[in-house]
Amino acid sequence: MSTLVLDGVSRWYGNVVAANDVTMTIGPGVTGLLGPNGAGKSTLIAMMGGFLAPSAGTVTLDGTSVWRNPEIYRTIGLVPEAEAMYDMVTGWQFVVANARLHRLPDAEGAARAALEAVEMMPAKDRDIGTYSKGMKQRVKMATALVHDPSVLLLDEPFNGMDPRQRLHLMELLRRLGEEGRTVLFSSHILEEVEEIAGTIEVIVAGRHAASGDFRRIRRLMTERPHQYTISSTDDRRLAAAIIADGAADTVDLTSGSLAVQAPDLGVFVHALPRLARDSGIRLLDVSPADESLESVFAYLVAR
Amino acid sequence: MNRVVMQLTVRGLLGRRRAVLLVLLPAILLALAGLVRWASGGNLQNSVNLANGFALGTFLPLMCLLIGTGVIGTEIDDGSIVYLLAKPVPRRTIVGSKLVVAWGAAVVFAVVPLVATVEIAGDDGARLGWAFAAAAALAALTYTAIFVALSVVTRNAVIIGLLYALLWETVLGGYVPGVRDVSVRQWALAAAERILGDRAAAWSVTSAVGLTPALVLLAVATAGAVVLAVRRLQTLRLTTAD
Repeated sequence: MSTLVLDGVSRWYGNVVAANDVTMTIGPGVTGLLGPNGAGKSTLIAMMGGFLAPSAGTVTLDGTSVWRNPEIYRTIGLVPEAEAMYDMVTGWQFVVANARLHRLPDAEGAARAALEAVEMMPAKDRDIGTYSKGMKQRVKMATALVHDPSVLLLDEPFNGMDPRQRLHLMELLRRLGEEGRTVLFSSHILEEVEEIAGTIEVIVAGRHAASGDFRRIRRLMTERPHQYTISSTDDRRLAAAIIADGAADTVDLTSGSLAVQAPDLGVFVHALPRLARDSGIRLLDVSPADESLESVFAYLVAR
Repeated sequence: MNRVVMQLTVRGLLGRRRAVLLVLLPAILLALAGLVRWASGGNLQNSVNLANGFALGTFLPLMCLLIGTGVIGTEIDDGSIVYLLAKPVPRRTIVGSKLVVAWGAAVVFAVVPLVATVEIAGDDGARLGWAFAAAAALAALTYTAIFVALSVVTRNAVIIGLLYALLWETVLGGYVPGVRDVSVRQWALAAAERILGDRAAAWSVTSAVGLTPALVLLAVATAGAVVLAVRRLQTLRLTTAD
């Protein structure tokens, strides 16, 4: 059982702030690091893995600093995002080499167990250069698992995987978490994260925007005000009806069409057709103004 | 030293496409030696000119650049070095293992062909062979350490190393007096000068510095490069600002 603690961690590159005063504790079980691309997830994982010095704050693993401390790799297994490996050796040779670098007493046994865990035994004797993206991802996983680490850090592990491989990796991560390991993976896809992560840490623009289990994060994301752009046969009357009904907080007619902000998605989408029918108005176009993941995250930060 | 790091380094050095150059450049040098032999019939001065000029001044630093960046630069560039760094292995062991491979490769692909060049083009017994073997071995030791350190320090190691090898060592180090004092090539040449003894001047195998300061400077440069490489590897930034 190991715990990673980030305490007031910031990292900047010149004028660019990649991580801004992040404090979080990552304990046993599966934790998802969720955020849009460019949010600073990789920077955080690099600092957790001892590959980047925090500009401010500390990262500790069970009380010891991870920076400039190669001993942490007895406890940490790292699955990097970069795809490059040693293309000219076979998967088997590479995983065995990783086991030997850990000075494991039974390097070949450990390599076999790791390759079995990721179902790569059948292709183990092919050069890594000939592997598909998903196969490389699984060999990377095997190199991280070979020394039976109690902490596993994965940077975007589901990138480039087909649905079957994705399911298999999810199953594997869930199992590793249930065994009491501390598993942290990053992703920009909410569905991926809520599928397996007991805890979700949301990172937006370098800031720690939210933390909790997936229900809490889901609620934060769906219970925010929703914006719609509507055009109808009579925008003015429809606006009056919506306000009278109380289904929306604000209506705006100035931009030519009707813009609505509703506090509750469910109530509004049920009320709108009813109001239109009762008033004899035909709805021509109803579109959510901004439902992109980035805007959802942006809302969480602005909150 | 770590055997696994060395094995992976050898595979990385010889398994990539650039390994072709490790064979091609010595082949060109040996072909030149044959040409010199054929044209001048074993004239010793011509042999010395080839060894002391192109071979020691251009071929050797280029080979060491290829090897020095090949043992670690390519892994840093593509990020695969992370598999070595994410292990409980001291960074000095990683640098040390890679240097041993680099030095071994430099002897096989650079020093031996250079000595063979002298033997083909013309030798006085084995005197020239020994003299240039010593100079080449010393220079290779320092060059590879410098280029390994350069690979860890900057992603532009090949470009900077090329400018250093061609401009500083080949052109300036050959002629400009002040530069000659701080040139690996001149330091290494001091060993050849000593071995050739009183005949060195006749063949114009002369170094800008004496043997003792030359050996000290070589040792300092090599050790400095090794220390720099280890220290920079300890804080190597593997991530880009995402």
